Amino acid sequence: MIPELGQYALILALCMAIIQAIVPLVGTFNRTPGWVALARPVAWGQFFFLLIAFAVLTHAFLVNDFSVLYVAQHGNTQLPVMYKISAVWGAHEGSLLLWVLILGAWTLAVSLLARNLPAEVMARVLSVMGMISIGFLLFLLLTSNPFARVFPVPAEGGDLNPLLQDFGLAIHPPMLYMGYVGLSVAFAFAIAALISGKLDAAWARWSRPWTLVAWVFLTIGIALGSWWAYYELGWGGWWFWDPVENASFMPWLAATALIHSLAVTEKRGAFKRWTVLLALTCFSLSLLGTFLVRSGVLTSVHAFASDPARGMFILLFLLVVIGGSLLLYAVRAPHIPRGGGFGALSRESLLLGNNVLLIVTTALVLLGTLAPLVYDAFGWGKISVGFPWFNTMFVTFMPLLIILMGAGPLTRWKHNDPAALAKRLKIALLISITAGVIIALPFSTGSVSAGIAVALSTWLASTLVSGLRQRLKNKPGIGGFINDLSGRGGRSYYGMWLAHIGIAVFVIGVTFVTQFDVEKDARMTPGQSIELSGYRFRFEGVNNVPGPNYRSQFGTVRVFKGDEEVALLNPEKRTYLVQTKPMTEAGINAGFMRDIYVSLGEPLGGGDWSLRLYYKPFVRWIWLGCIFIAAGGLLAASDPRYRNPLRHRREAAVTPAGAASAIRSNA
Amino acid sequence: MPRFVRYLTPLVAFLALAGLLFKGLSLDPRKVPSPLIDKPAPAFSLTRLKEPEVVLSNADFKGKVTLFNVWATWCVACRSEHPVLMQLARTGKVAIYGLNYKDEREAAKQWLVRFGDPYVANAFDADGRVGIDWGVYGTPETFIVDQQGVIRHKHIGPLTQEIVRDEILPLVQQLEATSG
Repeated sequence: MIPELGQYALILALCMAIIQAIVPLVGTFNRTPGWVALARPVAWGQFFFLLIAFAVLTHAFLVNDFSVLYVAQHGNTQLPVMYKISAVWGAHEGSLLLWVLILGAWTLAVSLLARNLPAEVMARVLSVMGMISIGFLLFLLLTSNPFARVFPVPAEGGDLNPLLQDFGLAIHPPMLYMGYVGLSVAFAFAIAALISGKLDAAWARWSRPWTLVAWVFLTIGIALGSWWAYYELGWGGWWFWDPVENASFMPWLAATALIHSLAVTEKRGAFKRWTVLLALTCFSLSLLGTFLVRSGVLTSVHAFASDPARGMFILLFLLVVIGGSLLLYAVRAPHIPRGGGFGALSRESLLLGNNVLLIVTTALVLLGTLAPLVYDAFGWGKISVGFPWFNTMFVTFMPLLIILMGAGPLTRWKHNDPAALAKRLKIALLISITAGVIIALPFSTGSVSAGIAVALSTWLASTLVSGLRQRLKNKPGIGGFINDLSGRGGRSYYGMWLAHIGIAVFVIGVTFVTQFDVEKDARMTPGQSIELSGYRFRFEGVNNVPGPNYRSQFGTVRVFKGDEEVALLNPEKRTYLVQTKPMTEAGINAGFMRDIYVSLGEPLGGGDWSLRLYYKPFVRWIWLGCIFIAAGGLLAASDPRYRNPLRHRREAAVTPAGAASAIRSNA
Repeated sequence: MPRFVRYLTPLVAFLALAGLLFKGLSLDPRKVPSPLIDKPAPAFSLTRLKEPEVVLSNADFKGKVTLFNVWATWCVACRSEHPVLMQLARTGKVAIYGLNYKDEREAAKQWLVRFGDPYVANAFDADGRVGIDWGVYGTPETFIVDQQGVIRHKHIGPLTQEIVRDEILPLVQQLEATSG
């Protein structure tokens, strides 16, 4: 009986979504305040029913209700409670339910938090989000019902894919979906602005914090996936250019472009058409990602159960949402007034460069991801695009982006005298080239790549420090800094600062681990020791240890530096009892400057095992950089100027009349 | 008019992409009709991966049903397929031979030390020429060759336990029965 309640709740949520999509929007056209005001309560209603549906499915997993097909396929009585919960989104149907729930949550958040939004704008935004929700709810109910029953009821469930029985992967999808779906808010704001024809600085200001938060979640989600791949797959890699990874990376790149171009639109009124197009693109790319992952058109190691009927449904949905929004864009864009002009050397022009580079990269990732499909569709044969192509592309474009990233924040809006800018950048340039050359010299590392990476990171860091000094020149001491941080616009600046430092850290991590990691395969007898990069690895043997729902071959390796034991590592090979799938669990000793990483290979008889030993310098910097980037985004999103229209009006009152009215319309 | 057309560009680009995706839905990336099915396996003679001085050729396949697996160390999907091959090898139900495709000998040998060696032997196809003869599009691919050296089945993409259970093993049993 309870699972049927879940299904009814989904149907009711669909009804709510339909009302939310139609009534408030019509209300804005025929100017009926009651209809406009309906947007918020209906959004709450929709979220309430989605929450019930989600709770029902979770309950079915917790009580092992195998009469529900989805639970029978992916649940199991032996599954630890945490993974019973994460099993809810462990496969197609449930993860789609999570997707819709998160869409409902974002809608709820907009309806509650965007209090300074005029009622009509709110109505349009919620209505667009309602339309998206209709599509996904129909998809769920028509092709992927998570509450479908099975008879006869199996005695035991098929269990959750052992790969997913891991903490990192339990929270990776929710984070990622928060990002994907969060981009729908920027999309809805853009559509609302196109419908009303008012693409102004106010629109950009409303969109910015939402876009930032969605982008932060996307950053965290991608970083979690990469961290998981690193410790779980057992071969030390952290990014594979798999189609599913690319599906999450493309919206991230486009959203990175969007948060920068939104800044230009808000501050200078320029790039309006481009910004609105980017906002449409970001969410379109996350929908495209959904299609690629769930339709089975590309092969990937992240295999979702694929089904052409589902693929066709999503494709139709893409046509309606993306095609419709781009058509609206084509109709409205010619009427969008041109924004403020800017000089050939200005912050605008550098941010334009940033946007072009990011979009070119996005397009190349898209091309690489779809190339196998293109070849197949035109009958040219089958290909797979691998590491080398993507890596070459990145190594080509990222340095350019970083050079711009260093100069951008030091450049003035509108126009900057080249000589003056050169003067400001001179010292940073000198420091970074020196640092790079020192690192690249034969007696230090002897690696040109490492030298370039260090030069680029130093460039970012030194230009950021230079900008900070400039900013704090008239605000002495720690008090000045705190005042600046808590003032309007302060957190935007420090958020940018932190995120860009994150990029510097990330670049060092990626380059150093690629250039200097050391690995060794060895056959080891219990008691035997092997030297690697100044560490001595002593293999103590492998024991059989039972886990909650798996058997583990539990290895023990002690790592010494000199006579001191620095780490006790336990690489494992687990065999999960239900799906009898072997899984590796690497033994990792994490450190700021290096990881020591051991994974267990195969038993070779007589207690001997093959082992893979790694020394991975600076690998943590990859995720440390991501944490900085995400923290910077959050800091910027928390800037009081996005939330505090009251104080803003008071400021406006003291400015000249023309400017005041312009600003008031922004608030 | 050209002004308006300019703003239609994104829509047109998207529609082209949608057309491609539509076409993609009717294609299965894992299925390629192989012209080689039911034809004698292309002749080859390569050095063995582990013993470069010994030759592996299709003569080695004669008289038994053989699973011929194309793999490489640079292939992500091969890594996920590997445990399945290891399990299949332990059952002893079919002789597994490998074609190590466009790879480096040392890397491939290390891979087998590390993840285990399910293969009776591997042919080392450094420049991929034998792969071309066999119509290999990408790794991993798996062929089933019968006792007479005729290709009976080709699977593209990683093997899974389900595929081994539902497709590979029944076919192997059937082939063994027919001329056993």
